[in-house]
Amino acid sequence: MNEQDFIAQADRFLSGRMDSAERIAFERYCEENPPAAEQLATHRLFLQQLRQHADRAAFKRTLASAAERYHHPVIPATSVRREPILVTLWNRFKVNSLVAASVAIVAVFSTLWLSGYYKTIEKTTTNYSALRRDMNTVKKNVNAQNAVIRNINSEKQKGGQSEGHFGATGFIISPNGYVVTNYHVIKDADSVHLQNTKGESFRADVIYIDPTHDLAMLHISDSTFKTLKNTPYTFKEADSELGEDVYTIGFPRDEVVYGQGYLSSRTGYAGDTTAYQLSIPVNPGNSGGPVMDSRGQVIGIISGKQTGIDGASFAIKTEALLKSISAIPMDSLESRLTINRKNSLSGLKRTDQIKKIQDYVYLVKVY
Amino acid sequence: MSKLNRSVVPDADLKTVEGIALGNAAVLESLYHDYFPIVLNMVIQNNGTEEEAKDIFQEAVIVLYDKIRQGNFELSSKLKTYLYSVCRRLWLKQLGNQERAFQDVSSYEEVIPVEDDLAKHRETELQLSLMEQALDKLGEPCRTIIHDFYILNLSMQEICEKFGYTSADNAKNQKYKCLQRLKRLFFSTT
Repeated sequence: MNEQDFIAQADRFLSGRMDSAERIAFERYCEENPPAAEQLATHRLFLQQLRQHADRAAFKRTLASAAERYHHPVIPATSVRREPILVTLWNRFKVNSLVAASVAIVAVFSTLWLSGYYKTIEKTTTNYSALRRDMNTVKKNVNAQNAVIRNINSEKQKGGQSEGHFGATGFIISPNGYVVTNYHVIKDADSVHLQNTKGESFRADVIYIDPTHDLAMLHISDSTFKTLKNTPYTFKEADSELGEDVYTIGFPRDEVVYGQGYLSSRTGYAGDTTAYQLSIPVNPGNSGGPVMDSRGQVIGIISGKQTGIDGASFAIKTEALLKSISAIPMDSLESRLTINRKNSLSGLKRTDQIKKIQDYVYLVKVY
Repeated sequence: MSKLNRSVVPDADLKTVEGIALGNAAVLESLYHDYFPIVLNMVIQNNGTEEEAKDIFQEAVIVLYDKIRQGNFELSSKLKTYLYSVCRRLWLKQLGNQERAFQDVSSYEEVIPVEDDLAKHRETELQLSLMEQALDKLGEPCRTIIHDFYILNLSMQEICEKFGYTSADNAKNQKYKCLQRLKRLFFSTT
């Protein structure tokens, strides 16, 4: 029996495919041939190892796949959510769009800034201008004048140095020297002087301020001041109607100036119910001037105007003025504050009314 | 196939052992579910990574498999304790080999001695790696013919058809040559 045949027989023997006769023959052959028996044993061991290897390899594969399933559980395809196309696009171009957006923002705002947009906004948001007259321009003129004067007479060098900073208007509310004007006029004032149309000047004290209504009460403390006759005008507490014909006199310059217009709105700047809007030409210096209706009643006090809008001037209502007056503590008054209830202007022509009123209207100079 | 200490070992463990012996994929997966987390924890706590933990665990399961396949398997403790002990031992060894900072891997888990099993495992591993090398050198189609005949127990006729030999005798000759070559390769390396 050659080796190949023997191995073939051994394979059949080991795999149990031999029938009993063959098996006995083969076993006998091995018993008789010790080398053959040895060969059989080796072959058996070798095959065992081969089989063990194969089993183990198979086991390792199974184990690896089990590990794979455990570590990376397979998510069923149906449960994978399909992102909408928009979301996919967004995810892809997120960064690009963010960069683009920030560039756009920078570009927009820098352009706005460069083009002075914000300055315009600032201007329009603070477009209420109080109508006190800045005297600096006047001061310049006066200084120039003084220079000329100095040349003639060097004694008066210092004249005009303490010229007023602001000018405005005020009017008598009580003949014994009580005058009303705007709070913004006398704010930060060192001293206040009143000058009437005849050119007489009196010193005045601030006795009461009402910053919320922008009102201030002055009292003429000067000894040269003589108590006047009762004011020709009265104060109208009730609201006036739209379209009411109104006029004012004030001091936008050093001379008294008449202005005429009509009541255009029942509320003031930004819906302020304590003020009227008037359509009347007013200028810096008109602040504190009385607003009269055609019957010679005071219906308000000029306080300011809206810049950039034509014919939007504002006047504080008389109602607020009267409230303010009644709020003055009694002990701060030197003498009784009496408000005239008898109107002596109602029947007069406008020019006659003005003639009578102008004695009661003062140029307020603030130093 | 195994004598088991029934007082200590839960029935579930016995079923698992049988499953491992048969290479049942579901059993192996449940083995991962039940025991991998504590091994992972042990490795991570002791200077290791998740990948290393996976390798360690896989090797431990193979150790268990070898032990079961040797036929004289006697599970004297819970499967969990056994696997944990093997993993711990393997991890300590790996830390030592790599001269990595050797931290205290002692844990609050119960540990049993597994040195003998590991020694046997290493021996088996060596033997089988020799077989693997021999098979690799053998190349195709010999490797497949040997596998088909001895492992899958296909008949010569089937092999003849599969590989397109003209006759079963040809196939027999070819198989014989392959086997002889494999033996030479295997015994020359041992």
